[in-house]
Amino acid sequence: MSSQDIPEENLPAEQDEHGAVSVADEKDPFADPGLPPHEHRIQDVDERAAKRSERTVAMLFTVSMLATVGFIAAYVAIPVDKSVYIFPLGHISALNFALGMTLGVSLFCIGAGAVHWARTLMSDVEVAEERHAVQSPPEVKAKVLADFADGAKESALGRRKLIRNTMFGALALFPLSGVVLLRDLGPLPENKLRHTLWSKGKLLVNMNTNEPLRPSDVAVGSLTFAKPEGLEEHDHDFQTEIAKAALMIVRIQPDNIKDKRELEWSHEGIVAYSKICTHVGCPISLYEQQTHHALCPCHQSTFDLSDGARVIFGPAGHALPQLRIGVNDEGYLEALGDFEEPVGPAFWERG
Amino acid sequence: MSTTETTESRSRGKAPAGERVADWADGRLGIYGLAKANMRKIFPDHWSFMLGEVCLYSFIIIILTGVYLTLFFHPSMNEVEYHGSYVPLQGQLMSEAFSSTLHISFDVRGGLLIRQIHHWAALVFLAGMFVHMMRVFFTGAFRKPREINWLFGFLLFVLGMFTGFTGYSLPDDLLSGTGVRFMEGAILSVPIVGTYLSFFLFGGEFPGGDFVARFYSVHILLLPGIMLGLVVGHLILVVYHKHTQYAGPGKTNKNVIGMPLMPVYMAKAGGFFFLVFGVIAAISAIATINPIWAMGPYRPDQVSTGAQPDWYMGFSEGLIRVMPGWEINFWGHTLVLGVFIPLMIFPLVLVAIAVYPFIESWVTGDKREHHILDRPRNAPTRTAFGVAWMTWYFVLLIGGGNDLWATHFHLSINAITWFVRIAFFVGPVLAFVITKRICLGLQRRDKDKVLHGRESGIIKRLPHGEFIEVHEPLSQEQLHTLTAHEQYKPAEIGPLVDENGVERKVKGSEKLRVKLSKAYYGEESQIPKPTVEEYKEITSGHGHH
Repeated sequence: MSSQDIPEENLPAEQDEHGAVSVADEKDPFADPGLPPHEHRIQDVDERAAKRSERTVAMLFTVSMLATVGFIAAYVAIPVDKSVYIFPLGHISALNFALGMTLGVSLFCIGAGAVHWARTLMSDVEVAEERHAVQSPPEVKAKVLADFADGAKESALGRRKLIRNTMFGALALFPLSGVVLLRDLGPLPENKLRHTLWSKGKLLVNMNTNEPLRPSDVAVGSLTFAKPEGLEEHDHDFQTEIAKAALMIVRIQPDNIKDKRELEWSHEGIVAYSKICTHVGCPISLYEQQTHHALCPCHQSTFDLSDGARVIFGPAGHALPQLRIGVNDEGYLEALGDFEEPVGPAFWERG
Repeated sequence: MSTTETTESRSRGKAPAGERVADWADGRLGIYGLAKANMRKIFPDHWSFMLGEVCLYSFIIIILTGVYLTLFFHPSMNEVEYHGSYVPLQGQLMSEAFSSTLHISFDVRGGLLIRQIHHWAALVFLAGMFVHMMRVFFTGAFRKPREINWLFGFLLFVLGMFTGFTGYSLPDDLLSGTGVRFMEGAILSVPIVGTYLSFFLFGGEFPGGDFVARFYSVHILLLPGIMLGLVVGHLILVVYHKHTQYAGPGKTNKNVIGMPLMPVYMAKAGGFFFLVFGVIAAISAIATINPIWAMGPYRPDQVSTGAQPDWYMGFSEGLIRVMPGWEINFWGHTLVLGVFIPLMIFPLVLVAIAVYPFIESWVTGDKREHHILDRPRNAPTRTAFGVAWMTWYFVLLIGGGNDLWATHFHLSINAITWFVRIAFFVGPVLAFVITKRICLGLQRRDKDKVLHGRESGIIKRLPHGEFIEVHEPLSQEQLHTLTAHEQYKPAEIGPLVDENGVERKVKGSEKLRVKLSKAYYGEESQIPKPTVEEYKEITSGHGHH
């Protein structure tokens, strides 16, 4: 089956010019020697090899057909919720795996068959095609310019300036209608970003238990998330309200609180800060109890909760707003007002 | 008259069905003219020419699978309680967008596969465009007449990024919602109009109830519509300009050497579509992507650690992470430089590479068409600029994943952030210098090879005891290939005084151009290629090895 079996008459002509390594062109050894002669593939000269290629291509196409049948069978036979263990992938959806693999094989084999066919059986003789300059010849350009001049002259656009100017005016103005139509995409900001649901007397409700918090519920070193009383998950505007009102509560030994105002606004060392990062608004959720550092997992802004939540690392531009809290007559933690400054990312009107 | 014609054609027998259909179409569309020009059109062969095909095919795959997904996806932010078949989330409140994505993933047979093919194909599409663009860049394929096609491709890359972003934001899961929040925060930082833009985009305060529906029409109609038009234009221009080719025997700037569209490239390129589709389908069978069920529905007060955008948005993430938190307050306003500067550098990074072809053509002042590709080493300044740009891009990618680098390699996140801050400025400069040196080294090696031949590895001992290595002379094909490239001469400003002794005014831009040209093509920036004289002198000298 090797090339030694190839009948003499099918062998390519001797490649004397090509085989020579010596420089042919004495004048310019770097001159373009022209397209090298075509080298025959085994399939070009040996019909048996060509047959083998044909069978390979046909086999690939057949495998593709079988895989498509397999795809349909898998779709019908495998329940959508069946999970299967496949090494080394672990437990995965059986249907997804079966459909994906059969589809993959059926498509890949079509492609592999076509490419193998092209590479082994279709002609691989390289041919040259002429390129033509993209630029138009001068006479074409002259004709176009003349045509254009005629058209422009006939339109009298240059002569009748009144028409030209009013037309430009009309064309420039009409897109404004489209811009105006965009006005109702949303309401104006007004001072919406300055206010949250918090106000004097609102209880701090534990996010997890949905119960109002007492000072005794907040242990030193713990991190508690709270929402304002009255805001329920089922509320229509819950997402928009919690995006501003989300609160994180920690308890720090009062002696460890370095910032004077922070201490004033706290209750027995319990401090409440906005949970929304002042960088671009991710919820801050990592707290290191030893250092009192809170870290935003999105962009790693780090705030020192024992020092007015000032930024100690990362891209945030200012401290987290603190909520002033106290305890009501029944012993529940309550807000003593809204945040004094806007929560979340900074914006132009923030000031 | 007509009767004779009919009888004549009948007498020759009826034409085959295919020909009759073609005749019918030709009478209405003139397809024979089109086919004459294109059916046997020649395309050159090189593996790097497939990169663009990968992009085209993944784009088609994205459209096909995307249409399927729209049949099941509900672009609505109405809150619903989940009662589907994914048990861990039952009873949870979520948007309809999220719950319909769960439905696609768990209840529609094959829905998960199509979703994953859609997402994987998008990643492949963007990665393919990036690599394809780099191929075009480093080989100088963007030169005249292909500058417009370079811009088409660039626009496709940028629009692809935003189509990807709006797409992965649609399921309204915890991860993508965090990304949208980031975008909102970035928009808020825009001076004067930022707050208004944010309110108009989200229909009020973040997150509101509108953005999924709005992103949906942008993701499935607006952006892909523009992209489809650009893809068609891109392909028409490829056919019209004819493909570029590498230098080699028989290949000139006036021809294109290769094999015909029909049948070879119909089979190869058509087959390659199936190969790409097949591989992406197999990847989607075994590799989960964007498991939104594991992340849960979006809540503005919740977040997961290790939040990452898809890779192509990573460099913008890096910009925002490593920027110091500068904020300036004045007259009741806030200038959020810490976010606004990254937001402005984000397009600058992209534009830097997009405008390069125009800068280069201005510097060279070359108005000719170029169809022979450069080897990157033969354009050291361009190559160095490209590598510097890529360094910039990848440094920012590292910044975008600084938390993952920190946790996976046990590094300090502060150290990584500071590394990126410094490397943002220093990295590209270093990369530029090093790449240029490497290119010049490779040029020297090529010159050596041409003049002294290939190192054969055979050591010969001469009669007097000296050891030499035998160098084999190159064939004429190789000599031609290695010396085919053109070398520009640096521009000169010319005499400042004309023949009458009058001083000539030289514009500042012209001075800059000459300076740049010297930097590009001066002695320091290219190794003069071997001349025929040098070659003859060396090869004719006897006794020389």
